[in-house]
Amino acid sequence: MTVRIYVPRDAAAIALGAHEVAAAVANEIVLRGLDASVVRNGSRGMHWIEPLVEVDTPAGRIAYGPVAVADVASLFDADFLNGGSHTLALGATEEIPFFARQTRLTFARCGITDPVSLADYEAHGGLVGLKAAIVMTPSDVVTTVTDSGLRGRGGAGFPTGIKWRTVLDTAGEQKYIVCNADEGDSGTFADRMIMEGDPFVLIEGMAIAGLATEATKGYIYIRSEYPHAIATIEEAIATARAATVLGADVLGSGKAFEIEVRVGAGSYVCGEETSLLNSIEGKRGVVRSKPPLPAHKGLFGMPTVINNVISLASVPVILAEGPAQYQEYGVGRSRGTIPIQLAGNIKHGGLFEAPFGMTLGELVTEIGGGTHSGRPIKAVQVGGPLGAYFPQSLFDTPFDYEAFAAKEGLIGHAGVTVFDDTADMLKQARFAMEFCAIESCGKCTPCRIGSTRGVETFDEIAAGADIDEQITLITDLCETMKFGSLCALGGFTPYPVMSVITHFRTDLKPTAAAQKAE
Amino acid sequence: MAAASDIKERTAAIAAEYTHLEGPLMPILHAVQHSFGYVPEESVQVIANAINIARAEVHGTLTFYPDFRREPAGKHVLKLCRAEACQSLGADQIAADIKANLGIDFHETTADGVLTLEPIFCLGLCSCAPAAILDESRVIGRIDADKVAALVAEVTA
Repeated sequence: MTVRIYVPRDAAAIALGAHEVAAAVANEIVLRGLDASVVRNGSRGMHWIEPLVEVDTPAGRIAYGPVAVADVASLFDADFLNGGSHTLALGATEEIPFFARQTRLTFARCGITDPVSLADYEAHGGLVGLKAAIVMTPSDVVTTVTDSGLRGRGGAGFPTGIKWRTVLDTAGEQKYIVCNADEGDSGTFADRMIMEGDPFVLIEGMAIAGLATEATKGYIYIRSEYPHAIATIEEAIATARAATVLGADVLGSGKAFEIEVRVGAGSYVCGEETSLLNSIEGKRGVVRSKPPLPAHKGLFGMPTVINNVISLASVPVILAEGPAQYQEYGVGRSRGTIPIQLAGNIKHGGLFEAPFGMTLGELVTEIGGGTHSGRPIKAVQVGGPLGAYFPQSLFDTPFDYEAFAAKEGLIGHAGVTVFDDTADMLKQARFAMEFCAIESCGKCTPCRIGSTRGVETFDEIAAGADIDEQITLITDLCETMKFGSLCALGGFTPYPVMSVITHFRTDLKPTAAAQKAE
Repeated sequence: MAAASDIKERTAAIAAEYTHLEGPLMPILHAVQHSFGYVPEESVQVIANAINIARAEVHGTLTFYPDFRREPAGKHVLKLCRAEACQSLGADQIAADIKANLGIDFHETTADGVLTLEPIFCLGLCSCAPAAILDESRVIGRIDADKVAALVAEVTA
């Protein structure tokens, strides 16, 4: 029987040499005349051991990693096709502690299947949710999603079912499902991984959303920084269309649903839902005032569901298994699982899907293994460029929307970026303001002007100005930005800035050069 | 560089492929840039005519998005991530070194026209930072001085 050897096609694996390794493996198979084939799967999410090569043996999948091209011949010499021992052998993939501790619902297939094989998708439980939705009324589908407790995974945490209900109840000659795949937050890559590793789950989730709200057209807005995700999704859409998962008659339901990919052009603010809608329409990515809500007047003025990739990709399992099972996971009002992304200066970086409720400390020290540099952790930024920097004293904070809000932070898209003790927090606070200044759409004054004034004020501190006076100014500026900005870009930039003032006050001091000059 | 009449003709042909879409402007701008390497000034009015909007609206969209170039880039474009996860592993120092070695700043091209250097805010490679991307498709993780030097040597060879 042909032995299957898996080498990921995920961008993180590619960035660490997976293409070259896959080519070397294929070459050895030919040279040695072996009965084996290479499958390009998604990533299992253990990025510190990528490229992670797996062999499908009678005893299950055995992992080897991180594999370099130079290791390939020796793997064959060690009989890795039969799970032979080698210095890179990691044992059964699913017994690796980082993987074994997870609860994979949304990412159940990611890394296991060939991402662009619909047959593989169906063999691993795919399309069960869509088939269930087809025989339900739209209202019942919405109720199922509401009952699951699913909240928007893009960061805002708004209940997905309520959004869908509004669109279902709003009349419109054309309704739309828009998938926000403009995953711009540093420290996040869950959207990218699912689009590259299990694209059909997103397509299925969008089709279910279409059935539930009577929308027949979907758009996936993907950032241009994700060329591999764009290619994989495009390929999967074409396959889904050929198999009538998409089209005029979705799986014989008599209902239509189509999906089109739109590519962004490097603007962070287009991850904000109304900017994103403007961008699809071909306009500048400027934020719209609300109301009207997109659910009432969204894309081209029509009722529109706009959800994050992970929200939509979590829907198929909810429909397949029922809302109760999903709802059982989690804590408080944060139900289900969340794919946490461990990033930055971390030893075990990657994607860890778990029910809400693990503490930040467990995640970065136990699961993440501390820093990549081996130095002590100084700060952890949770939620991307608009998220707060937490010190070790807040490591007991459970991963839950409300718990983070209570500590003046946010979960956002669940990216966790670790910094060691060499981090200069004055620089990080200044960067938060600089980033806001670069990315501001310019519509509202607090964001457009406030961010630039913020950068200047931090420069004053670095140059030796009176620190207390400058902090008073920044605090006042942050109040204005927080309450006076139209969207989360200006409104949340105060989170990282104020967290530095609150937790890392001693880093706010003149630079060594400025001190010397005095 | 192509003649103005040629640019207009090619732009019109590209735009015609997308006019059936809802909101065709972004796909057209991407396609024009893909074809020419940038969006020529001569294309703007042609695009406006093709989709029946004002030239000012095309200009507005074109100038909003960082990806759209109004002048050709160098033969190769290297984008270095400057976002937080990459910062946590020394991206700022790596960028400073590359700039010093090449003698250019971000958004500039080497004098021989071979390499343009750009900042980028997040490639989603935050678990293998610092990251970079060459020519829109080749992603590189865990970059350091040696990897960058090898890359620069490769494209300038």
